[in-house]
Amino acid sequence: MALLEVKDLSIHFGGLKAVDSFYLKIEKNQLYGLIGPNGAGKTTVFNLLTGVYKPTSGEARLDGKIISGKKTADVNKMGVARTFQNIRLFNNLSVLDNVKTGLHNQTRYSMLTGILKLPGYFKKEAEMDKKAMELLEVFDLHNEAQTLACNLPYGKQRKLEIARALATNPKLLLLDEPAAGMNPNETQELMDTIRFIRDKFDMTILLIEHDMRLVSGICEEITVLNFGQVLASGETSEVLKNPEVVTAYLGE
Amino acid sequence: MKQGSRLSNMKKSTKTNGITYLMLLVAFIVVQIFTATDSMTNLIKGLLVPACIYIIMAVSLNLTVGILGELSLGHAGFMCVGAFASSFFSVCMRDVITSEWVRFPLAIIIGGVVAALFGFIVGIPVLRLRGDYLAIVTLAFGEIIKNLMNVLYVGLDSNGFHFSMKGTTDLGMEADGKVIVKGALGITGTPRDSTFVVAFILVVITVFVVLNVVNSRQGRAIMSIRDNRIAAESIGINITKYKLMAFVVSAFFAGIAGVLYSHNIATLTATTNNFGYNMSIMVLVYVVLGGIGNIRGSIIAAVILTVLPELLREFSDYRMLVYSLVLIFMMLFSSSPAMVNFREKLSLKGKNKSKKEKGVA
Ligand SMILES: Nc1ncnc2c1ncn2[C@@H]1O[C@H](COP(=O)(O)OP(=O)(O)O)[C@@H](O)[C@H]1O
Ligand SMILES: [Mg+2]
Repeated sequence: MALLEVKDLSIHFGGLKAVDSFYLKIEKNQLYGLIGPNGAGKTTVFNLLTGVYKPTSGEARLDGKIISGKKTADVNKMGVARTFQNIRLFNNLSVLDNVKTGLHNQTRYSMLTGILKLPGYFKKEAEMDKKAMELLEVFDLHNEAQTLACNLPYGKQRKLEIARALATNPKLLLLDEPAAGMNPNETQELMDTIRFIRDKFDMTILLIEHDMRLVSGICEEITVLNFGQVLASGETSEVLKNPEVVTAYLGE
Repeated sequence: MKQGSRLSNMKKSTKTNGITYLMLLVAFIVVQIFTATDSMTNLIKGLLVPACIYIIMAVSLNLTVGILGELSLGHAGFMCVGAFASSFFSVCMRDVITSEWVRFPLAIIIGGVVAALFGFIVGIPVLRLRGDYLAIVTLAFGEIIKNLMNVLYVGLDSNGFHFSMKGTTDLGMEADGKVIVKGALGITGTPRDSTFVVAFILVVITVFVVLNVVNSRQGRAIMSIRDNRIAAESIGINITKYKLMAFVVSAFFAGIAGVLYSHNIATLTATTNNFGYNMSIMVLVYVVLGGIGNIRGSIIAAVILTVLPELLREFSDYRMLVYSLVLIFMMLFSSSPAMVNFREKLSLKGKNKSKKEKGVA
C-alpha cells in the first residue's frame, strides 16, 4: 500500500478551481516532487493535505487512513508535518524552543508537573533538550540554540522550520519551496541535507519546488501541476521531457 | 560546546526568575522591618494589600496579554466574580467556621475556582474563533457582571437561599431571614481576613505558577500560538485547549485578587472604579508599562503605579499630569523589545491586515 494516496482532490474558491481532480501516490521512503508554475495550486495541495482547507471533493489517505478534511493538529498527530513557503517560525522563542515545541506531542508531562516542577519535569525537559539538540546538529544549528528564531539569517530559518517539522516525528514530510531565496551554494547544501534526512530518518518526503535543477537532482518521481490540474506525473527524467510540461514551463 | 550553551540557557531563565523572587523577598523584608519599627505612615500601611492585589492582577493579565497574546479588557470582571463569591461564602460561614485559618483559605480557593469557571465559560465560545474577538467579549463580560451584581439580592433563612433581581422584599423570606447580598448596597460584614502576609504569599504563588507555566511544555505551546497560530497547529498543538488553559489560569488568579480585595474592606459593592472598565484598563496599563510578557515588569509597574498616585495626592492638581506624562513617556521611548514590538504592531496594524487575511502560504 502506498504511504500517501490522493484521489480526485478538488477545492474551489468561488469560481476558481484552485485544485481540480488532483491525484498522487507516494510510496514509503520516496522523495517526490510537486512542480508547476506560480499559482498552479501547489501550496493549496499542501493546505488540503494538512487540513488547512477542507476539500470540495475527493480524499487523501495516509497509510490507508483518511487525512483530508481533518483538523490540522490531528493530521500532524497522524504523521504529516510540513514547512511553509513563507517561513512561519515562533519568532520570539529561541531556536531550541522552536524545536522543543515541535516535540510537544512526543515528550509529554502534565501541567501540574510543570507548575510544581516535579521530578518528571526535569527528566522530560532534559530528554527534550537532548532530542532537540540532536536535530539541530543535523542542520548545523546547534551553535545558535539560544538565538531567537527571528534573529537567524534566512537560510537557517528555512532549516529550522524543517527541524521543527521533523521533531513531530512524522511519517510524511511536506516541504514547500525549501530552497526559495537561497543562493546556489545553500541550495546544493540543502539538497544534500534533504537526501540525508530521507536516509537517516527513513523519511518519505514530498517537496514543492520551483527550481528544476533541484527537482531533477533529488526527486525520483514528480507530478507537474498546471492551473490546478495534473499535467503529467511519473519518473522525473521522463516527465521533464514531456512536451506539454516544457511548454507550461517555457510559457511562464 | 553544545553542552555549555544548553547549560547557559537553563541558567539564563533560572537567573531572571531568581532575580524576580529575590526582588519579592527584599520587598517583604523591608516591609517587615518598617512594620516592626512602626515607621510606616497609615497611608502606606493601607496600600500594602492593594499593592499585592494589583500585582496579582497585573501578573495574571500578563499571562493572557503577553504570553498568550490575546487582548482582554475585562480582567476586573473575574476579580469581581472572585470577590463576590468569596465574600458570600465568608459571610455565610462566619458563624459556622470560626477559625479564619480554615475559612479564609477556603474563601480564596472558592473565589479562584468560581472566577476560573467564568473564565472557562467566557473563553470556550470565544477562543475557538480566529481573530481578536476576546477583547470585545471580555469587555462586555466585565460590564455585565458589574451591573448584575448591582441588582442581585440573595437572602438566607430557615428554608435556604432566596434569590431576586428586584429587591429585598421580593425575596419572600421568613422572619428569621438575613439578606446577604443587597443589590447596589452589595455585601457588608465580610470578615477582614486579608493581611499583608497572606496577600504576599498569594503574590508569590501567582508569580511562581505563571513563571513555571511559561517555562513548561504547556507554556511553549501557549507562546507558539501567540507567535504563529498556523505553524502551531501544523505541529500538532491543540489551539483551543492551550488558549483556554492560559485564559482560565489568568481568570483564576484575578479571582484570588478579588478575594483579597473583598476581605480587605467593610462593604463590597461593584462600581466602575473597582470592577468596571476603569479597573480593567488600569491593570492593562500596568502590563503595558511593565512590558508585555515581562512578569517582573508587571510587578514593578503595579507597585509604582499603586503607590505613586497616593504619594502625589498632596499635589493632586498635578497628579494626573505627572501620571499621564509618565505613561506617554514609557509608551514612546521604552526600548524594551516587547514595547518596541507593540509600537510596531500599532503602526503596522492597518498595513498588514490585508496580507494577513489571505490564505496560508
Ligand atoms: N484562500 C484562498 N482564497 C482564494 N484563492 C486562493 C486561496 N488560496 C489560494 N488561492 C488561489 O489558488 C491559486 C493557487 O495558489 P497556490 O496554491 O498558492 O499556488 P502555488 O502553486 O504558487 O503554490 C492561486 O490563484 C491563488 O490565488
Ligand atoms: Mg506556493
